[in-house]
Amino acid sequence: MNQSRRDALRIATVLGLAITAGILKPTDVFAADWKSGGFDAKSLQEALKSLGASGAQISTDVAVNGPDIAENGAVVPVSVTSKAAKTEFMAILVEKNPNPLSASFVIPGGTEPTISTRVKMGGTSNVHALVKADGKWLIASKEIKVTLGGCGG
Amino acid sequence: MGNPMRIRASASGDVVEVKVLMRHDMETGQRKDPSGAVVPAHFIQTLVAKCNDKLVLDSLMGTSISKDPFLSFKFKGGAKGDKVTITWTDNTGDSRTDEAVVS
Repeated sequence: MNQSRRDALRIATVLGLAITAGILKPTDVFAADWKSGGFDAKSLQEALKSLGASGAQISTDVAVNGPDIAENGAVVPVSVTSKAAKTEFMAILVEKNPNPLSASFVIPGGTEPTISTRVKMGGTSNVHALVKADGKWLIASKEIKVTLGGCGG
Repeated sequence: MGNPMRIRASASGDVVEVKVLMRHDMETGQRKDPSGAVVPAHFIQTLVAKCNDKLVLDSLMGTSISKDPFLSFKFKGGAKGDKVTITWTDNTGDSRTDEAVVS
């Protein structure tokens, strides 16, 4: 009696582990993909390096649009636009955030290189738009002043 | 399963403008609750948009995207009646897919 109970426990444990492993697997894969994108970088240089964009050049073909002064750092509307031909990748970086990289976008052919979203800003900072067009990295910046921080609480 | 998204896709000519409003906490993992305990990170990591099974946007997001993320983009080659499908996945493995018809 006691033995069969032990067996049942053992089987349940193994099954539980297997299920957990099964559930965790896809998450791990996403996390790896996400980490390789430079999201855990702590500084702008680090983020650019992990994206392979250390030599990004300042370009007037790229633009960051947003308010000059954001009252609430938790919700800052930002849009990035590229006029460069063959834009294949865009990213939004907030220089002084704990993790500067906010979002990255792969732009397939046919999609216009203009994206708007809303980001959190810990304080007044330069916001950078990073673009990869025709194999070249281009960058443009805009300073957005924040009167109330959006990170931490 | 997360909360439903609001998706609006409108065509002008052959350009379709998509606006998405997701419902998600987007916790950074750096905020503390009133008792001083760190609120664990919970945020959307990937977002994929398709129009009739053709990829139109593939995106990765970090913790510094605002709560209830908003995203707007445009793509060519869409027409009224096409189906726009958007899927996000967050760091806990949760995901949500919603679709809208281009109007």
